[in-house]
Amino acid sequence: MSLMVSAIGQGLLWAVLGVGLFLTFRILDFADMTVEGTFPLGAAVCVAGISHGLSPLAATLLAFVIGSLAGLMTGLLYTKGHIPILLAGILVMTACYSINLRILGRANLSLLGQKTLFKLPFLKSLPPYFDGVFLGAVIMILVTSLVIYFLQTDLGQAFIATGDNQTMARSLSINTDRMKILGLMVSNGLIAFGGALVAQNNGYADVNMGIGIIVIALASIIIGEVAFGELTLNQRLVAVTLGSILYRFVLLLVLKLGFNANDLNLLSAIVLALCMMLPVFEQHLHLKHLLKRGLDRNV
Amino acid sequence: MSKPLLELQDLVVKVNRQTNEELRILDDLNLTINQGDFITVLGSNGAGKSTLFNAIAGDLALSSGQIKLHGNDVTHDSVEKRTRFLGRVFQDPKLGTAPRMTVAENLLLAERRGQRRGLRPRHLKQQHQRYQELTAAMGNGLEQRLDTPTGNLSGGQRQALSFLMATIRRPELLLLDEHTAALDPQTSQSLMTLTEQRVSQAQLTCLMITHHLEDALTYGNRLIVLHQGRITFDVTGAAKQALTKEQLYQFFATID
Repeated sequence: MSLMVSAIGQGLLWAVLGVGLFLTFRILDFADMTVEGTFPLGAAVCVAGISHGLSPLAATLLAFVIGSLAGLMTGLLYTKGHIPILLAGILVMTACYSINLRILGRANLSLLGQKTLFKLPFLKSLPPYFDGVFLGAVIMILVTSLVIYFLQTDLGQAFIATGDNQTMARSLSINTDRMKILGLMVSNGLIAFGGALVAQNNGYADVNMGIGIIVIALASIIIGEVAFGELTLNQRLVAVTLGSILYRFVLLLVLKLGFNANDLNLLSAIVLALCMMLPVFEQHLHLKHLLKRGLDRNV
Repeated sequence: MSKPLLELQDLVVKVNRQTNEELRILDDLNLTINQGDFITVLGSNGAGKSTLFNAIAGDLALSSGQIKLHGNDVTHDSVEKRTRFLGRVFQDPKLGTAPRMTVAENLLLAERRGQRRGLRPRHLKQQHQRYQELTAAMGNGLEQRLDTPTGNLSGGQRQALSFLMATIRRPELLLLDEHTAALDPQTSQSLMTLTEQRVSQAQLTCLMITHHLEDALTYGNRLIVLHQGRITFDVTGAAKQALTKEQLYQFFATID
């Protein structure tokens, strides 16, 4: 039971990444590799900040700001420098690795004995593992509401239109370059924010903690979509959080089957690949048809 | 009587520069568009019609030449800046609307053309009544699909919506790039009628590329022919009224 509760808490914390990546991957319609650098960047900024006496909340918010600056870099390389988005993201991601080492001063920095958001006094009164669930739920409700509000504003609509049809957006006097930069900044800000939360939850920041992040974030998005089908945009954003929790359950299951924690990246990649290929399987194997026939027979 | 709205002076667009196959797609093109002009643009493939539109809209950098709006130089203004005075409908119905956004959302986006887009809620629901009336005037059932993503509309409905979006905020200049070419004859005809109505009602200034000689003769008060990057034929008013299809055929025969 406590494992389940812990998985829900983890799912909620990591869901920030899914929502962040949703802005670029699903709305702007490209894969932004920067996130593999901004996730540990957020963790490093937060842990270093707390170690230097910043309050956990201030350090977490600072992580958001620094993360969005990394997004700004990618955005400028992409829109003004005309570097393909995949490469622009990889460049900033690579640069972040050195910056993270500078910020941390070494490869791994612990928060042992320091204050974190998870050590807030009132969380102590909750049963074990419920602190993560509570904090995660509060943060996700806040983040998701803010993103949903943003997307319903005139600016947010211009942002969506940019990803949907660039030619049209430009012909309606939308500055598409600015929209892409904005998207990359908010997205990477959220990813760094997620990095700060995960670092505080784990109790340390590590320069290598960014490896495979994009797969984990994508998994929340894709699993949410596969599980809940056709939804409105707002519902899809909520589905990302549920997808993130489902993904943690899948990991739990896999570990129960006897796999090693070192196998997780391999398994994550396999789970994501399978989910993304589902439409192809459906076409070739007529899965829905088969399922339906099976059900009919049961009746 | 009418003042010049847009002046195109000595426009040159070259491709394959610094090679010996240099080509001038626009070759010292001069054109003055007066306020209230409805100009139909004819010309064979490669004559430079679309290039002319792209040059006006700012999608394409000029090799030389100048574009003036109300006498002010706009040659180096960005696409976003120019769209403040420009409405545009593309030939491809896919280009004119955002497929995953609904009809009403698309209309609201178009209505904000040229305005600051801030962090205020968009208040889409309050517009529904008005959009219902606007789309009902198109006469193709759009008013029942305000909440449908435009990707699920037929080509004709999409193109009618694109046209509505280009004109919902009155543009100083409307560019129609063969906007009925991808539609079946009947749908194409009804969109043309609609275009004519709206252009004359709102007294829009309009440039319309077409391959239909009949449309070019029927609509508008002025007709120009592009050939090898230059305007080789330009008739207005009564002279255009008197022009016949045969005369046009003959003219095309002489320039080819």
